[in-house]
Amino acid sequence: MTAVAHDVPHGLEHATATGLDSRKLAIWTFIGSECMFFATLISNYLVNKGRSLVGPFPHEPWTSPSGEHFKPILEIPLVTLGTALLLFSSLFVVLALSGAQRGSRKALVGWLGATIFCGIFFVGMQVYEFTHFVHEGLTLKTNLFGASFYTLTGFHGTHVTIGVIWLLTLWILGLRGKIPPSKSLNLEMAALYWHFVDVVWIIIFPVVYLIK
Amino acid sequence: MEAHATTSGHQEHAHPRAAVYAKVGLILFVLTALEVGLYEFTYGEHAGPTASAIQPFFVPLLLLMSAAKFALVAMFYMHLKQDSKLFTGIFVFPLTIAAVIIVGLMILMAYHMWFARTG
Repeated sequence: MTAVAHDVPHGLEHATATGLDSRKLAIWTFIGSECMFFATLISNYLVNKGRSLVGPFPHEPWTSPSGEHFKPILEIPLVTLGTALLLFSSLFVVLALSGAQRGSRKALVGWLGATIFCGIFFVGMQVYEFTHFVHEGLTLKTNLFGASFYTLTGFHGTHVTIGVIWLLTLWILGLRGKIPPSKSLNLEMAALYWHFVDVVWIIIFPVVYLIK
Repeated sequence: MEAHATTSGHQEHAHPRAAVYAKVGLILFVLTALEVGLYEFTYGEHAGPTASAIQPFFVPLLLLMSAAKFALVAMFYMHLKQDSKLFTGIFVFPLTIAAVIIVGLMILMAYHMWFARTG
């Protein structure tokens, strides 16, 4: 392993018993609690899977008693694109962090901008998907699938939106040169949150969209 | 693996270089493409005569690929491979509880539905 010494510390502001920055410990603890939060939502989706009495259904066509025909509602290609962009955004944010730690404002602003673009695309994709589903007749109260689907993906989308706002704030600070290497931990915390949002989607995508 | 060292308080850790991040990104992309491809050839529009042979392995393969993607992001992008083991513990412990919650509730509901049907 070749190692290059980096002379600028993250900036531990006070001594701690663990020797670790309390802010980083706090964000990891928060991420730990979020694991259990999403576990309950994923459990809710899985235990109600296939138990809807009326359509529209995620993977099967359905004809209502009044003769109205409904196609399978999920659109895999669009969501696959959103998934790919979310995965790429995780790559972009670590490159932005690497830039911040090296003191390269150009890399920080550029890669963070790309991350924000991917995040906005993902949220836009979800807004389009929800609007389309409502027009197709699937609302929060249509059936068990609708209730558990909107709850799970809606909470994830809210997390992505919060992440986008957080990263956008850091992008503006980076543009003004207010994220020197000594303050790169501010970006590292946001990046950890962003990666968590990504890994949650890594689970949600196959569970909701691919497994029948 | 090439790395550059950064310091976080008293704990030294080395974050991977951009090339490592890019390689991980490529693997994540390929795994996602494989997931969607597997779906297409098992249940999608391109499902052929081999689809029924793949179906028993579909869910385990998807879960395996998702777990691999999850681990790659956590290890390399979230830096758990290089950072303090305390962070790994803080993440993995609730993650284990989360997995137990999911499996436990699924078993409980399956039993409940079976009991409701059979009396």
